Amino acid sequence: MKKTNSIKRITHIPLFLPLVCLFLVLLVNLIQTPSFFKITIQNGVFYGYIIDIINRSSGLIILAVGMTLVAASSGGADISVGAVSALCGAVVVAMLGTGEAYQMPYVLSLLFGLLIGITCGAVNGFLVSYLKVQPMVATLILFTAGRGIAQLVTGSFILYVKPEQFGYLGAFLPGVPIPTPCFVAAFVVFFTWLVLKKTSLGMYIQSVGINSKASRLVGINSKRIIFLTYIFCGVCAAIAGFISVSRTMSIDANNVGLYVELDAILAVAIGGNSLTGGKFSLVGSVIGAITIQALTTTLYAMHVSADQIPLYKAVVVIIIVALQSPVIRKWYNNVTSKISHGHTAKEVG
Amino acid sequence: MSEVKLVSSKTKGSNIFGLIKGKLLGHNFLLFVTITLFFIMYIAGLIIYKDKNFGSTQVFLNLIISNAGLIITAVGMTMVLIIGGIDISVGSVVAVTCMMLAALMEKAHVGVVPAILIVLLFGMVFGGIQGWLIAYLKIQPFIVTLAGMFFARGLTAVISLEMITITNKAFLSLASYKIYFPFGGTLNRKGVMVYPYIYPTVILALFILLAAFFMLKYTKFGRAIYAAGGSEQSAMLMGLNVRRTKFIVYVINGVLATLGGIAFCLNTTGAFVELGKGFEMDAIAATVIGGTPLTGGVGNVFGTLFGVLINATIETFVSFQGNLSSWWSKIIIASLLGFFITLQSLLAMRKEKVNTSRAS
Repeated sequence: MKKTNSIKRITHIPLFLPLVCLFLVLLVNLIQTPSFFKITIQNGVFYGYIIDIINRSSGLIILAVGMTLVAASSGGADISVGAVSALCGAVVVAMLGTGEAYQMPYVLSLLFGLLIGITCGAVNGFLVSYLKVQPMVATLILFTAGRGIAQLVTGSFILYVKPEQFGYLGAFLPGVPIPTPCFVAAFVVFFTWLVLKKTSLGMYIQSVGINSKASRLVGINSKRIIFLTYIFCGVCAAIAGFISVSRTMSIDANNVGLYVELDAILAVAIGGNSLTGGKFSLVGSVIGAITIQALTTTLYAMHVSADQIPLYKAVVVIIIVALQSPVIRKWYNNVTSKISHGHTAKEVG
Repeated sequence: MSEVKLVSSKTKGSNIFGLIKGKLLGHNFLLFVTITLFFIMYIAGLIIYKDKNFGSTQVFLNLIISNAGLIITAVGMTMVLIIGGIDISVGSVVAVTCMMLAALMEKAHVGVVPAILIVLLFGMVFGGIQGWLIAYLKIQPFIVTLAGMFFARGLTAVISLEMITITNKAFLSLASYKIYFPFGGTLNRKGVMVYPYIYPTVILALFILLAAFFMLKYTKFGRAIYAAGGSEQSAMLMGLNVRRTKFIVYVINGVLATLGGIAFCLNTTGAFVELGKGFEMDAIAATVIGGTPLTGGVGNVFGTLFGVLINATIETFVSFQGNLSSWWSKIIIASLLGFFITLQSLLAMRKEKVNTSRAS
């Protein structure tokens, strides 16, 4: 009896699932490549597997933060993030032009890209919050159309940006050994954490996610909260798009942010967050995002093609979500202790 | 006192409108909008593309011929939406169906019939797993089918990363087998009488449409789908096995998606990883535009047929225009889907308002 309780206490630590997943992936990597944790300095910048994974996961972390809030407030997911990333990246590149110098000020084009992200988020948010459309269907519209609009913006070409400064955002600032995306991701996470902690927004989002009707009755504008989380998700998608465009110094509307929506949802799920709304943990999502990137890198190292990777990730998603499902939880609770707890499905799941 | 009078006079005033509205307000209204929209678009096409022979019987039949797969898939989608679910995996299922067919026939040299049977079995199992996760484990349908979408797309890439062109003679002859109409022929430039034709997939699609219509309307199972979609709890209290009904609907949907994929494959006679991208949106859009709301409990497969026809007309417009990117049709269909979703939720909100004001 006591033993099962201690097992339960460990498995009920909030970050148990994400940390175990990360540990497993890293362990597999360490066995495969012993030099996995080695960090060297080449050309004045840090170099190594770990740095690469953290660098590559930055965009995903940013997306996962946005997705966490969307999942927490509306109990759904925004599947348009990849397409919105592509669209925002396309707009920025189209504004800067393909000449030797920028056509427009760099900051202005980034701001315009952000504006596009906000607009996309607002469209999604309006459909979900004010018109009560299922999040998945509402965002499915931009999931398909977003990439189409991006193609129209680029004229179905792959556009290249020539000025060297454009690559700073996705690679290294001169003289700084740590990749720039890490700073951006850290800033987004810190900023979000600060806003959620220092204002009551975080609590509002949770309460709307747990029961939007009850939240409305205590005076929270549920619709506006949901609307805002979708706008925030659009902004996150735009930032991730900028990083991805800057990394390759080019825009390929077909491939920027491809399959990234699954990664973001997976990161949220691995982070121990419920996909049906309610309680959330930003740290969990960040760890989840790094785990996913480590998994992707591992699969690449095993010579799995980029197109085949979704197969494995889909299986992982289903297993995690199935483990979270109320039916399995109930069964698990019955097995570990024969005492039935007073938890409702919502609190547990 | 005066307030009461005011309220009663108000309700009386709306009663006159209410009669007309009552007829139109329901989901028949949406179907009415859809059918009108289709005819407006078709007539507009007749006027704009007069010189390109838009009005010929063959162009009309091509609307159905090139979308036979979509009709079959959308029928399955209609059932899923009626039961209050969603399936966004169908596009990838179509891709994996084509890839499996191509690989079975070209690489493993399996005959046409066994290949088709194997693929259908796959669809059944795939739909069954999704249905089991949704109905028995109570996971949200969109998460399950999103994972299904990526799983099937990944599976397509695992089978082959390169394009496979089908060269199986029996399959190709089936793909190009034309059924000519005995009437309605036109003389072409050489003075030869050309009769309009259809492919066998069209007959299959229409047969499935009719079968689904009768099943939904006149069988016990069909009515159970509506009941479970309208209110799961009430259906359960009535003694219906909601979980089993859901499960079977997803199995049927899986089979129909693969069947749609086979029809799709007969059109393309080849398979590649990117095949059928955005197809799930076409299917959902056709269903929603056809008057089946996302909330479940209501819907009609004939509306879906008109949804597909609207979809097809837009594609025909874009291709007749010639200089437009094919992305335009996707963007237009997506915005149309957005428009209809907005319309539906506004109608639903209005109905709710009317109901609550009546109750109070």
